[in-house]
Amino acid sequence: MLELMVITMIKTVIVLTVCMLVVTYLTLAERKILGFIQLRHGPNRVGYWGLLQPFADGIKLLLKEEFVPLNAQRPIFYIAPIISIACPMVMLALIPFGDSITILGREITLYLANPDVGILIILGLGTLGAYGCVLGGWSSGNKYGYTGGLRGAAIIISYELSMAFAVICVVMIAGSLSLVDIVHAQAGLWNIVYAPVAFIIFIISGLAELNRTPFDMPEAEAELCCGYNVEYSSMKFALFFFGEYTHLFIFGCLVTTLFLGGWHGPFLPGVVWFFIKTLLVVFFCIWQRATFPRLRYDQVMKLEWKFLMPLAIVNILVTALVMAVY
Amino acid sequence: MNEKDILRAREKWSGKIKYVSPLLKGLQYTFGNFLSKHKTIQYPEQKRHVSKRWRGLHQLHRDENGKLLCVACGLCAAVCPARAITLTPYEPENGERYPAEFVIDELRCIFCGYCQEVCPRGAISLSQVYDYVDSTREDFQFSIEKLHDPEQYRFQYQRSLTQKILG
Repeated sequence: MLELMVITMIKTVIVLTVCMLVVTYLTLAERKILGFIQLRHGPNRVGYWGLLQPFADGIKLLLKEEFVPLNAQRPIFYIAPIISIACPMVMLALIPFGDSITILGREITLYLANPDVGILIILGLGTLGAYGCVLGGWSSGNKYGYTGGLRGAAIIISYELSMAFAVICVVMIAGSLSLVDIVHAQAGLWNIVYAPVAFIIFIISGLAELNRTPFDMPEAEAELCCGYNVEYSSMKFALFFFGEYTHLFIFGCLVTTLFLGGWHGPFLPGVVWFFIKTLLVVFFCIWQRATFPRLRYDQVMKLEWKFLMPLAIVNILVTALVMAVY
Repeated sequence: MNEKDILRAREKWSGKIKYVSPLLKGLQYTFGNFLSKHKTIQYPEQKRHVSKRWRGLHQLHRDENGKLLCVACGLCAAVCPARAITLTPYEPENGERYPAEFVIDELRCIFCGYCQEVCPRGAISLSQVYDYVDSTREDFQFSIEKLHDPEQYRFQYQRSLTQKILG
């Protein structure tokens, strides 16, 4: 029992450290990639090739003034950033980074937890994470924040549907709700071959849930001047920021797990394959951010309710039919 | 009237597919940008290339004996639209004539190049140096000695290795 606890604790520390380091550098990677795409250098003054930039940003945010507006709802105002960072970090525990390996005669699994309903918990926590945005916007006593929170709620309600429908397709193919079993089921062919439509739906609705740029309704810079986090400063803002990037990383992990075969891949060890695929998905998210213009709010809603959701339902039916026939 | 000429407010469902290829084309374009070389010139360390005709700081030329070519005729001071040139001629008894004092106020100068054009001896010209930096107004009063070689007033800056690593 003690051994189990110690192993789990060590695994937790390693997973948290590595993933948080990756997430820290995602902020730099986003700025660098955006810079390269726009034929600029990106940050390159702090440290060699700008490698110390995330830490400089962190120190800057820590030293800023902590400001709470007078008409903010104080308890909720304080809790919102915590929700927004905590949910993605809990999701880290459910991601299967690799298959089990043997160290010193003990078999150690490269994931922290493997509940039978892993994908349901992930979807639930993803939605819960949006409460950070919604509550933060509503409690800050600012009309821009309020509108941002409202839009965040609307987006999460609508895009969660098509996302879940896309996941149902994968679950039907794998025959299990557990993430590890889903990866095991993809040992031969990846799910992206079996369910390409579900893959595209998942990517689009995932981008909307992440509040990435083509769907960044809650923090529309042009019209809401940063949206739900206008009134946040200092470490609270940093938490929102960090939560968003952690969510981006988790999204990459999820796409890898559900559609790109998780840790399966030739030659290299499983964990390396997992991180390569995850970072490729993250790169795609940043790449499309630099490419596509923002959609209008009603277009975002129209895309979901009139296109993605019917398509997802039809996709489920077709998948079920094909599976029943074969 | 053809079917093509009718502008439909509501598109057919099948028409939506035409939006896909521009999206992919955009992705292709930005990826090409991602791979291509950036265009930024990192100024203090890298300098922009300027042409020979660039009009920068002034230079007073000398002949092979090291004597000024200028004969202090005063044409440059007369033609200068900004009145940046102050010059006092000096005429010793042996028939020579040269400026006793030749001061160009680089803060007043608009770098039009008229002085270079008007000079009958080719004694003054504008160099390619465009980034002289100093702290007081007096430093910008360029006397004869300072006008000798403008190249040395080019702004030089290189980051040290420690600066490059630690920022």
